[in-house]
Amino acid sequence: MANHTLDITNEHCPMTFVKTKVKLAQIAKGDTLEVLLKEGEPLNNVPKSAREQGFEVLGTEQVEGTTWKVIIKK
Amino acid sequence: MSNEKKLSIIVFSGDFDKLTASFTLATGAAAVGYEVNLFFTFWGLDAIKQKQGRAFIGKDWLTKLFGFMMGGTRVAPVSRLNFFGASGKIFRSLMEKNNVATLEELIDAAKVLGVNMYACEMAMHILGLEKKDFIQEVKDVLGVATFLDLSEGGRTLFI
Repeated sequence: MANHTLDITNEHCPMTFVKTKVKLAQIAKGDTLEVLLKEGEPLNNVPKSAREQGFEVLGTEQVEGTTWKVIIKK
Repeated sequence: MSNEKKLSIIVFSGDFDKLTASFTLATGAAAVGYEVNLFFTFWGLDAIKQKQGRAFIGKDWLTKLFGFMMGGTRVAPVSRLNFFGASGKIFRSLMEKNNVATLEELIDAAKVLGVNMYACEMAMHILGLEKKDFIQEVKDVLGVATFLDLSEGGRTLFI
């Protein structure tokens, strides 16, 4: 179970990235964040950009239909 | 060409749609780890005025009139099919309805993400604007040479 959750399933570019970035800035180092997002652009790029910025992506899992869950560790 | 992740945008237009494009790129790039520089010039300066809405900002009657006519992001015209300002309102309502970030939300996000904002010295001079007329996030007043230094090694766009 992640320490924090963020639902960006209703967001569009660039707010998908913006909200993830802001949330990751707010949580403590070592904490985990569960991000709920849609497939396509958010699923392809939110975990990728988190990795590029030095965060660890612990897992990606389909929740239902086009909604996915990505766990990121700060 | 270096691989430095840096995006610099010359924000020339004060049109609602073009400002939305500038701020969408700026916030998106900043959120995925780019260093972002926004260089506001000419009509683009309208977006960073502290006093938004129609206000007589300027140093003489002509520049004050310009300041009033430009009127800030809330009344920014659309670059095509403006219909005397009706399009801007229609776009805004469509954006809200479809849960797409509005221009003001994007500008707020740019501030939170630490997007670097600069104002063009020459255009400020023409329009009778001073640094104190802008939002506090505007870091500095620059000319071409400094902008080239800042954008060196990254990608540059003109919008």
